[in-house]
Amino acid sequence: MLVHDFLTDAAQRWPDKAALVCGGLRVGFRELEVSSNRLANALLAHGVRRGERIAIYLGNVVEAVIGIFGVLKAGAVFVMVNPTTKQEKLEYILNDSGASGILADAGLLSAGISPFQNSPKPSLKVVVLRERAGVTAPASPDTMTFGAVAAQFPETPPSGAGTNLDLACLIYTSGSTGEPKGVMCDHGNVVFVTQSIVQYLRNSSDDIVLSVLPLSFSYGLYQLMASVCSGATLVLEDSFTFPAVVLKRMAAERVTGFAGVPTVYAILLGIDLKSFDLSSLRYMTNAAAALPVEHVRRLREKFPAVQLYLMHGLTEVARTVYLPPEEVDRRPASVGRAIPGTEVWLEDDDGRRVPPGEIGELVVRGRHVMRGYWNNPEATRERFRPGPVSGERLCYSGDLFRSDEEGYLYFVSRKDDIIKCRGEKVAPREVENVIYGIEGVTEVAVVGIPDPLLGQAIKAFVVAPGCELTPAQVLAHCKAHLEDLMVPKQVEFRAELPKTPSGKIRKVDLR
Amino acid sequence: MSDMRAKVRGYIIENFLFGQANDLQDNTSFLEKGILDSTGVLELVAFLEEAFSIKIDAEETLPDNLDSIDLICAFLERKLKAAA
Repeated sequence: MLVHDFLTDAAQRWPDKAALVCGGLRVGFRELEVSSNRLANALLAHGVRRGERIAIYLGNVVEAVIGIFGVLKAGAVFVMVNPTTKQEKLEYILNDSGASGILADAGLLSAGISPFQNSPKPSLKVVVLRERAGVTAPASPDTMTFGAVAAQFPETPPSGAGTNLDLACLIYTSGSTGEPKGVMCDHGNVVFVTQSIVQYLRNSSDDIVLSVLPLSFSYGLYQLMASVCSGATLVLEDSFTFPAVVLKRMAAERVTGFAGVPTVYAILLGIDLKSFDLSSLRYMTNAAAALPVEHVRRLREKFPAVQLYLMHGLTEVARTVYLPPEEVDRRPASVGRAIPGTEVWLEDDDGRRVPPGEIGELVVRGRHVMRGYWNNPEATRERFRPGPVSGERLCYSGDLFRSDEEGYLYFVSRKDDIIKCRGEKVAPREVENVIYGIEGVTEVAVVGIPDPLLGQAIKAFVVAPGCELTPAQVLAHCKAHLEDLMVPKQVEFRAELPKTPSGKIRKVDLR
Repeated sequence: MSDMRAKVRGYIIENFLFGQANDLQDNTSFLEKGILDSTGVLELVAFLEEAFSIKIDAEETLPDNLDSIDLICAFLERKLKAAA
């Protein structure tokens, strides 16, 4: 099975059902199938060949979804690029991936960003632009608009060989450190992990899933994949900037599944929801970063009938573990166990499996372990190591966990984030969790800063919008709830914290 | 009323544009220019509530009311008139 077979199958089973509700449009499965066939035919006509990379420099818009399936149907590899990416990084990704095409918003040209600026890109064969009111695409033989593609190319599916070992996409990880790396995902990886996710979320064609997460982000992309795979409708929003807009949509569309990250849930907890009818909601998921225990508890109070799935993932495997929602009240700090059809364990630095209670690196085994980093064998060797079966890869996640006696996992820290204070290890998350317990705090990042006496001193960056909180109050709260060693030396208030394009706090910018 | 406009404008520039007014017009869309994110909206609401002694409900926290200096001022005038 190939990734785009999800769509072809759904188009046969539910031709007129809405696949996508986005930007005021409703697009049926059959319509999405036909539009992506037309795009695939257009790309092929412009010389795109099997295995070539096509960048999709678009936000959460219908054309991005047509783009994903169109590129796959042409036998090519899609590379999502967040639309807020600036010129320099866009160029880096186009060059690194050797992109032979780009799908983009016509508005980007008027914003002064151009895929052709500075260095010429000999690999680029074709540009497909999304026109917007007031912005027209420049005419050039290799530049088309989505409108022209729809008008000029046939709706028949292109023929051509393809195997589930062919690459489906490169996902550039924001990388808390260093240059972004393109994670190579083959069709088999994507199909496998999508089906595993659909299994544990029990997604079906009755679901209506709302996502505010960018499609350029693995967690966002899999909202689309799981929806198309199960015949569910995806309501795609481009941001959570105005929460009331999203909440109204959730009520109007009778949304059953909602995907969020900790910041989104922190905001939801601060909103009076009485004027929004969210009674259709069956489940909510959290990933990207761990949800503070205090927020888990308050979410359970606010949404008692909704199943809350706490999860952990990384781009290199998409999803690692999830906590079955019936366990969340008993183990609100846990992110659970391996997703269906996969295996995980914890290893210490000497490669020994650690017993319950001890900290070790999460190692992931299964068909979802991706193929490595594009053009980067060195980084690949470090993260992806041989497994027991010939040719198999294990993923060494770089994330530290401990497990309880029953094998449920608890996130401790990124391997690189552990603070060494007075020679002892401090997990930033433990300190962050305590500060999240203060009323009005929406975001916290705890980092180690160089200190001549302590080695590293603990510093907390706190976001508490519209709240009269002082550093002394934060410290007093920490002293009351933490061992002395873990009490921050400094507290700094910020209006916001630096984020990676996928919304994770960029601690490297705070140290 | 121009006092209200100056206050709102000053707050936006100070808090979201790091003091650089650049080409911020009174009708510039915050969404289109990426000036506000979701925590920014919360801060803006908290500021407006305090500075103008009003209460803004969750369902009023919409781009129609808050997405530019013009829209904010029009919204504030409606709120203050209703309260008067």
